[in-house]
Amino acid sequence: MSHTEKKIANADQIRSLEEMFDAKIARDGKIEPKDWMPEKYRKTHIRQISQHAHSEIVGMLPEANWISRAPSLRRKVALLAKVQDEAGHGLYLYSACETLGISREELYEQLHSGKAKYSSIFNYPTLTWADMGAIGWLVDGAAIINQVPLCSTSFGPYARAMVRVCKEESFHQRQGYEIMMTLCNGTQEQKDMAQDALNRWWWPALMMLGPTDEQSTHTEQSMIWKLKRKTNDELRQQFIDQTVPQADIIGLNIPDSELKYNNETGHYDFGEIDWEEFWQVVKGHGMCNKERISARKKAWDNGEWVRDAAVAYAEKQAESQEAKQAV
Amino acid sequence: MKKNWPLWEVFVRSKNGLEHRHFGSLHAPDAEMALKNARDVYTRRNEGVSIWVVESINIKASNPDDNEEMFEPATDKAYRHPTFYDLPDDIEHM
Ligand SMILES: [Fe+2]
Ligand SMILES: [Fe+2]
Ligand SMILES: [Fe+2]
Repeated sequence: MSHTEKKIANADQIRSLEEMFDAKIARDGKIEPKDWMPEKYRKTHIRQISQHAHSEIVGMLPEANWISRAPSLRRKVALLAKVQDEAGHGLYLYSACETLGISREELYEQLHSGKAKYSSIFNYPTLTWADMGAIGWLVDGAAIINQVPLCSTSFGPYARAMVRVCKEESFHQRQGYEIMMTLCNGTQEQKDMAQDALNRWWWPALMMLGPTDEQSTHTEQSMIWKLKRKTNDELRQQFIDQTVPQADIIGLNIPDSELKYNNETGHYDFGEIDWEEFWQVVKGHGMCNKERISARKKAWDNGEWVRDAAVAYAEKQAESQEAKQAV
Repeated sequence: MKKNWPLWEVFVRSKNGLEHRHFGSLHAPDAEMALKNARDVYTRRNEGVSIWVVESINIKASNPDDNEEMFEPATDKAYRHPTFYDLPDDIEHM
């Protein structure tokens, strides 16, 4: 066989391996870390899982901003527990990602250098207490819609992490909605604060579900690998349909003059999303992009001596253990 | 100094009577800290009554590429299963 023939045979072999791989996933078979997988599968999963992990970690920052200023102890313990959950989500996801052969240090490095992306929603500022309500209700609400289908995604460690995450998300959304509801039952000023938060978070929450299907580049492959079970536009419609009645119940107005229930489709029609704003934020020109990454880096750098001290202590303990055994 | 914390695998017993099950992994400087971190990361809602942590490098795993020779010897041994044996139709309690 000539060199080129060998190459072609090889490419054919890989193609048939990939077909078998895709067929296995189509049969609802799971892929585990040490199984053979196409390089593209590994790369795509590292990118998506790490982006997801980074979003959980950066997502703690806008909310942590309000922990010390929560209006009551009840609200404070709830917000603290929620932010702690998000740290946990980040950790489940980082460890799922590491099973694909990338180290935690590399993952952090990609976040800190700006090479890796995280959800654009966390680049908006949290200006008032009502933002804690809006984030729990809308941002965690949209996250749930994104994450539930991932519980049955093809990569085992990702699917298992998602099951754990989804179990914990529902309290996040409820505590947020309860904050909004309480404000809406309060003074006019408090109700205005809730409406203002909804006005500012509504559109970014819709953008959070990703670019339109026309603009979306990875959809087809992601569907095959079950990294996606529904398109971005379908998820967005689902989010709108379920959220509008929730706003009605507490007397808040969705800031979209074109929003209208369509009797024929059984869905809400809605106005144009400002995608220019979305891409600006994704490219790093959002209101808080710089602040978020610098806060994250500062926390990491300032913690270095603690991590080093823990290693030094562990080594010392191990040494004295050895010495004892030698006696 | 800059030395990275090693990786640990976490196993949790959900309640007495059940086995420890693999829950995930985490980084920690030593076993003691691994246990504490595992408590915070994997059992924030009473998911467990007992935790084991094992440093990941101490786990020897089989390779899925060798699954044929590894597990194939068991596939053609139907006689290890009760349904392999012929019995009269009217027999009971067997
Ligand atoms: Fe989360
Ligand atoms: Fe999430
Ligand atoms: Fe959440």
